[in-house]
Formats: sequence, structure tokens, C-alpha cells
Amino acid sequence: MTASHADDVEKHTKTYVNVFLTLLVLTVVTVGISYVHLAVPLAITVALIVALVKGSLVASFFMHLAGEQKAIFAALLLTAIFFAALLLLPVLTYMGGIGTPQHTEVVSGAESGH
Amino acid sequence: MDIPYVVDARPDTGLNNAKLAIWLFLASEVMLFGALFSSYVLLRVAAPVWPHGYDVLNVPVATFNTLVLITSSVTMVMSFASLKMNDLATFKSYIGITVILGFVFLGVKAYEYSEKFSHELYPSENTFLAIYFTLTGLHMLHVIGGMIVNSYYWGPGSKLWHTAPAQFTNRIEVAGLYWHFVDLVWIFLFPVLYLL
Repeated sequence: MTASHADDVEKHTKTYVNVFLTLLVLTVVTVGISYVHLAVPLAITVALIVALVKGSLVASFFMHLAGEQKAIFAALLLTAIFFAALLLLPVLTYMGGIGTPQHTEVVSGAESGH
Repeated sequence: MDIPYVVDARPDTGLNNAKLAIWLFLASEVMLFGALFSSYVLLRVAAPVWPHGYDVLNVPVATFNTLVLITSSVTMVMSFASLKMNDLATFKSYIGITVILGFVFLGVKAYEYSEKFSHELYPSENTFLAIYFTLTGLHMLHVIGGMIVNSYYWGPGSKLWHTAPAQFTNRIEVAGLYWHFVDLVWIFLFPVLYLL
């Protein structure tokens, strides 16, 4: 193994440790904020932002997504679009946007003369 | 006949077979957990009342479990880095610690579940507990699956290092991607269920 390869792995190892420490801090932050008992919409927003940051760190550095090939990003973009649709569909249904029964006038056979 | 691109990357995509396959599998797992998360959203929005997670569940215990899983993600990636340094012994140590931390996570979840059951709080009790047990139960099954794979590579699977080290390193990278995904799901599950 070349010296440059060993240096490269050592650099990555330092990054892993730094990301680990950041994740620990963000975990403490997110739990700490929960003790403040913010209003639910604000609490949800803040919690999801922190979770997104933590998730991005895991994906970028532990999963090596930063600098990954285009084909992977293309697959993940498609996944994100379908995931967003999956989350939105029940909410839209609940709000009456999709699947609302259309009220149609029922005409019986006797009345129509058939 | 040798299967091409088991270790070497395809020139057009820059990926080997396993890496493309695991990312496509993880994409399907996003949809699986996404379906349950969207169920949680709908159930909560439609419910007349919904408890705060911290009033029903044990936040300090789950925080400890979150730290356990994050640590296991680090040891998993360090096991991969060890193989890149051609150090099988250090690899075995790190992946062994990953498996042990998996057992710790499961043990804590078992404690949480038994604590609920001892107070006769089952999934049938209310909608919050139903979605809580479903989400964390499915996640727990994924943890067990990952632990089986990691245990295999700590044990008999590590023989491949001696005959095809590049392929073995590739397999550990792929197993690591799955394990990090399991950690990633918990990173979202924990605040959604316990802190909101």
C-alpha cells in the first residue's frame, strides 16, 4: 500500500470521528430543545431540520454519498420524488383533494322509460 | 464464467454491481418506511387528540439508544477503513463492536417494550402506541437483519479476505451502507416518536 493511500484513509478516519462528535452534539441539542416544549408546529419544524442535518451527515460521509457517481444520485432523486408523493397523497386525501366521491344523479330504469 | 463488474466499476456508470444494487434496495426501503411515516402523519393529523411522545415514552433511554446506534455506524465505517488499510484484525474488532452495539440496542428496546407490556400498554391500546410499536418493530427487524449479516462477515464470511480481498472489502462497504441506512431511519424515528 502506498503512503498516499494510507494518508487518504487516515484523512477519512479523522472525518468519521468529527462527524461522530457532531452527531453526538446534535442529538443532545435535539433532546434539549424537546424539553423547552415549543408549540407543536415549531417543535416539528425544528426537530425535522436537526434530523435532516444529522441524516445528511450520515449519508454524505458514512455512506460516502458526497462524491458518489451520478447514477446513484439519479436513483435517489427519483426516490425523493416518489417519497414526497407518498407523503402528500394521504394528506391530500384527508384534505378532500383526491378520491372525493362525485355526487351523480341516480336515474332508475322505470323513470327513464327503459 | 466470471461475472463482470463484481469488483471493478462499469465504465459507463462508474459503479460495481453490488453498490448499484444496494442503493436501489435502500431506495425501496425508503418507500417502505416512507409509507409508515405517511401513515403516522395521517393518523396524527386526523386524530382528535394525540399525546406528546415524551409523556408516554422514556426519552433518556431512547437517547442512549440513539447514541448506541450512531456509535455503531462509526465502528461500521471504521471496519471498512481498516480493510482499506489491509488490517483484517482491526476490521474484526470494529465489526465485532458493531454487532455488540446492535445487541445493546436490541436489549434496550426489549426493556422498553417489556416496560410497556408490564403496564398492559399494548399496540391495541391506542393509535399512538399502535404506530409506535409498528415503526419501531419494523426498524428492530431491520437491525436484526443487519446484525446477522455483520456477524457472518465477522465469522465465516471473513475467509473471503484471504482469496479475494477486494471483493470482501466491497461486501463490507455494501453491508455498511445498509447499516448506516438503519441508523438513518432511527435518526428520524427518534424525534418523531419520542420528542414531538
